[in-house]
Amino acid sequence: MKLLKKKVEKDLLRRMYYQMLMARRFEEQASLLFVNGELPGTVHLYAGQEAVAVGVCSALRKDDYITSTHRPHGHAVAKGIPVKALMAELFAKTTGCCRGYGGSMHMGDIDYGMVPAIAIVGGGIPVAAGIGLAFKRLKTDRVVACFFGDGASSEGAFHEGVNMAAIWDLPVIFVCENNLYGASTHVSRVMKVDNIAERASAYGIPGVIADGMDVLSVYDATVEAVERARSGSGPTLIECKTYRFLGHSRTDPQQYRSKEEMEFWKSKDAIPRLKAWLIENEHFTAEEIDRIHEEVERELDEAVEFAKNSPSPLPEDALKNVFVGEGS
Amino acid sequence: MRKLTIVEALKEAIREEMIRDERVFCIGEDIGTPGGWGGAFTVTKGLSEEFGLDRILDTPIAETGIAGVAVGAAIGGLRPIADVQYGDFLFCMMDQLVNQAAKLTYMSGGKLCIPMVMRAPVGATTRAAQHSQSLESYFVHVPGLKVAAPCTAYDCKGLLKSAVRDDNPVLFFEHKLLYGSKGNRAEAGALSPAGDVPEEEYLIPFGKAVVRREGRDVTIVGKLLTVYRALEAAEILSKEGIEAEVIDPRTLVPFDWDTLLSSVKKTGRLVVVDEEPGNCGWASDIGAKTSEMAFDYLDAPVRRVTAIDTPVPFAPEMERYYLPNAEKIVAAVKSLT
Repeated sequence: MKLLKKKVEKDLLRRMYYQMLMARRFEEQASLLFVNGELPGTVHLYAGQEAVAVGVCSALRKDDYITSTHRPHGHAVAKGIPVKALMAELFAKTTGCCRGYGGSMHMGDIDYGMVPAIAIVGGGIPVAAGIGLAFKRLKTDRVVACFFGDGASSEGAFHEGVNMAAIWDLPVIFVCENNLYGASTHVSRVMKVDNIAERASAYGIPGVIADGMDVLSVYDATVEAVERARSGSGPTLIECKTYRFLGHSRTDPQQYRSKEEMEFWKSKDAIPRLKAWLIENEHFTAEEIDRIHEEVERELDEAVEFAKNSPSPLPEDALKNVFVGEGS
Repeated sequence: MRKLTIVEALKEAIREEMIRDERVFCIGEDIGTPGGWGGAFTVTKGLSEEFGLDRILDTPIAETGIAGVAVGAAIGGLRPIADVQYGDFLFCMMDQLVNQAAKLTYMSGGKLCIPMVMRAPVGATTRAAQHSQSLESYFVHVPGLKVAAPCTAYDCKGLLKSAVRDDNPVLFFEHKLLYGSKGNRAEAGALSPAGDVPEEEYLIPFGKAVVRREGRDVTIVGKLLTVYRALEAAEILSKEGIEAEVIDPRTLVPFDWDTLLSSVKKTGRLVVVDEEPGNCGWASDIGAKTSEMAFDYLDAPVRRVTAIDTPVPFAPEMERYYLPNAEKIVAAVKSLT
């Protein structure tokens, strides 16, 4: 793992490990609940990419915003939305972060700085530019981090949104999570360049590559991009090389990628890597790490209990919240 | 009272709202550049001198970007007034308007609001298929969007000011033949109705229709330019002893059903006039709902007078054939009596 350019506080390291583990265990739990038929809908699981969400959000303040995608659970955990509210949303309960109106693909809570996830590929990119425009015009030093996948970088919205953020020097950090596949299609079949970061040069902004399987690499790149954004110097595109360990969605048979490839990336799993690094560098003992695991399990169990025991919406609640002020 | 064109009324509304609230700003193509157009129909002309280019913000030619940035700016605490040069270009930004602007409040369980206005000029003006469409129905169809379609200077000003203050996304449609744009942006065949606009401030609430002409025999409802076509038809009909009541809904979402239904209950007949093609359109919906809600009061089937179901043709002869007009409305009314 890379040496950090900035000294990272012990509290932050602990939170990083906790959040990455929570994001992973949340997905494993969600997957199980889906298989058992306890949750409605579909689900796009984030397992494998935790270092990206946590590395980026660790470099943000609570009042900074993020935009997210159809694969938002990890982002929501990393931005600090209570796990109970996330789990309750998966269960379509009124106590969910979107009160049962959003579900898996629209997780978010603006009170924690997360715009409800936009599940249209690339759709969040111009929106993030607009948030950046507001933060700049209102003379705040807030920034917005915009998560999107490799597939989104081929959308027209990517071009329009990144270009506008660039020409107006907006405080946006464009975070591309390159997990190599748009559903089943390999990135090499839809892109002529090797790195998405290279696309930044077309907009006259920095394009940086981070190791998306190393939370400290992502954190480091983000800290630099955030400093640039807060100081008024404009956006940065960070490409995080990462991998999703599970299928695109819950019904993906995954016959488009080899066992060897999957094993290779699993050997880079960011969570055991961070654990080893934390112990090796004497930030934490193995026992202290074990206690984080226990804490995560306990919270997750409580979240599932809370979600199961929460009330469902009434059918006619569907009529509310179409417009502002019609809500509960 | 002083008279203003619709362009002047819209400009005044924008100016007043920008003075009142620092968060209000305009975003669009060619809206601020000194020496430029001031928007395709001159609505924002001169405003950048007063407010600066940061608040009359010129964009790249990137409609998805304009709408997306407006959505984001609204989330971030501003109140954007976005515009497109021609309503037809709204189709380039449909994802942002339909999937983001209209749904984020709902998806968030009511926690997020998207206070943005999207202005769009519509209407056939011999610009052929891609610069002439009337397309309000597309947006009326989308839950979560409010839709305004005013046709007088007074209403344009009062409704635009209300739209800016609304916490929901508003599609604000303006008809090219009603603007009263001057100089090289003047339109051939324009009606350009200059109307009374008081000096003092006023707002017009959404969802309140106006009865433009009273009558006992038939109700005619239109929107934008077709309100004037309906009034022309009513004049012709009156000479033949048929008194038509003409209703201008002013906003399509929310829609003032009370005013329309009480008129229909009085006259027993309804003709809906629309510059959009008829298939699955606004006129069909108004007709269907009226039939559901006031069937017992109707003495005849609801009739629609719409554009024909083709792209907007270029040749003026064909365009005239395409569009609803007073004669077609008169014929429709007579078929009911």
